[in-house]
Amino acid sequence: MDIAIIVGLDVVSGIASLVLISAGLAVIFGMMKIINLAHGEFLMLGAYATVLSVSAGVNIWFAMLVIAPVFVGLVGMIVERCLIQFLYGRLVDSMLATWGLSLVIVGGTTMIFGNTIVGVSSPLGGFQVGAYQSSLYTPFLALMALLLMTAVFGVMRFTRAGLIARAVMQNPDMAATLGVNPARVYMATFGLGAAMSGLAGGLLAPIAGVVPTMGAAFIAKAFITVVGGGTSILWGLISASGLFGFINQIAAFLTTPVFGEVILFIAAIILIRLLPTGISGRFFKGRL
Amino acid sequence: MHLLNGMRGALIGAAIAAVAILTAPLYIDLFQIMQLTVFAAMAVLALSLGFIWGYGGILCFGQTSFFGLGAYAYAVAAINFGDSTPAIALAILVPVIFATLLGYFMIYGGISDVYLGVITLTVSLILFNLVNSTAGDFYKIGEARLGGFNGIPGVPTFNLPGDPSYILTPEQAWMVTGMALILVYLGLRVLIASSFGRIIVAIRENETRAALLGYDPRIYKLITFMIGGAIAGLAGALYVNWGAFVSPTIFALGLSAQIIIWVIIGGRGTLIGPVIGCLLLQWLVTEIGAQQAMDANFVLGAILIVFVLLVPKGIAPTLRDLAMSRLSRDTAPAPTADATAKVKT
Repeated sequence: MDIAIIVGLDVVSGIASLVLISAGLAVIFGMMKIINLAHGEFLMLGAYATVLSVSAGVNIWFAMLVIAPVFVGLVGMIVERCLIQFLYGRLVDSMLATWGLSLVIVGGTTMIFGNTIVGVSSPLGGFQVGAYQSSLYTPFLALMALLLMTAVFGVMRFTRAGLIARAVMQNPDMAATLGVNPARVYMATFGLGAAMSGLAGGLLAPIAGVVPTMGAAFIAKAFITVVGGGTSILWGLISASGLFGFINQIAAFLTTPVFGEVILFIAAIILIRLLPTGISGRFFKGRL
Repeated sequence: MHLLNGMRGALIGAAIAAVAILTAPLYIDLFQIMQLTVFAAMAVLALSLGFIWGYGGILCFGQTSFFGLGAYAYAVAAINFGDSTPAIALAILVPVIFATLLGYFMIYGGISDVYLGVITLTVSLILFNLVNSTAGDFYKIGEARLGGFNGIPGVPTFNLPGDPSYILTPEQAWMVTGMALILVYLGLRVLIASSFGRIIVAIRENETRAALLGYDPRIYKLITFMIGGAIAGLAGALYVNWGAFVSPTIFALGLSAQIIIWVIIGGRGTLIGPVIGCLLLQWLVTEIGAQQAMDANFVLGAILIVFVLLVPKGIAPTLRDLAMSRLSRDTAPAPTADATAKVKT
């Protein structure tokens, strides 16, 4: 029974971390149809912002919930203005440019902070399940994932900004004829997606080794989740995270974490063969 | 025979290059020969992506997957057989099988370019993690221990086919690698000039139109992808032969990015471009490594961004276009020549 609870917790935390690490990528992909290959580096910048703020004496909650997303969000806006905006309509080139950006950020961070692991300690204690010990940080991550999804849903569904965003998502040309400037929407989207990645990076800082190359450890899962989910931001993300998080954690429990990732990938590629536009392209077409 | 007529320039160039490669050990010292050997092995890898991306229009971000699988297949087979000839065959065969499976799911799934790029990239990331985790005695294939993060040291290098006791000297290995590069280049030139080559270019230009003309784009793309996998696998074997060592870093993101950068700066839609891009960049990375003032990733990333924004076609096509416009200006009718003369005065 205890082991079932622990595995259940693992599944929940696996799903939650997939939602968190993929959310920023999903927002940018859903709106602009480009995959931001510097996504892993946005996570890394969020983690660094958190670690550096904490070591400068800032409260850890403030650092990871406010400083990390705001900082990375600003970076995202600057990137959009200086790089992405010249490449609209050239999907492949924009992916290549973000890949170049990813290398520049990794290289730059390595030059400034060196290739060593820094970190902060996990702020919450643990709790006991029978003979097993688990960290309170896991349910906290799940709660954050839930809050993030609720916030995305609320903004998209009930605000004017969300209405404009949904209109641009469905048909940018039509939205433009109605007086919306898609370029500005894209800039805001890119900033927002970056901020969400920064938040995820901040939240991961206490449980991951923070190094300039840490992004590479997360992007494989994030890419699979977003590609498997398709272009619908909310339902695609939730359904793909749910499916892949479940498969990944069960497979990791039965074998090793690395084989869990391999099995997750095989599941994803079979899914892509059956549903080339992702889960949301088939079941949640035209929804958020 | 008309096929060869169109390639006279390429054949002459290849002959000159072959003579240069065979005589190089006479006037270049051993250290530089070794350096050139790895450059040539990487140039073969550049050709594989230059072919499938530049001609087949397949946006593969994870060409290192096939390169690394070829390298590991060669290492494992060479250790087990003690003979490099079947190992080289396996280094080509294993990536081809993998490319067939992966390509089938992606190409027959009908996914878009963006998805294909992301999935191939993800494959290389996962292979990196997978091979990285194979430390310990449990993970061995026959005699060969995979060694996880530490890789496989002491891989037997190339020997004379049929005589495992005759190991090639570094100079001979250089000649083999250099000649392999030339043969792959010429082979691809012939392939591109053939009807298969024309069809894959037609598919790259307009998939629907090619399909309406009766060519199934999926099977042509799959075969292109498999050829790319085979060449990358061969490059992997050449690479392992150079260093007698293979480790999981061969699958790492940095190398995937470098291959893309070689092709981008060299130019898509040419074969010589990726080779030039590869040689330039390898030389540059070696220089940066020696200077230690800048991080190599930083410079590579900046180069990629600059080329995507400012020279999206790459060096070789841009130079060709410049030469073409110069040429056509020279042979232009008189009034135009007058007009340019007026502008000049």
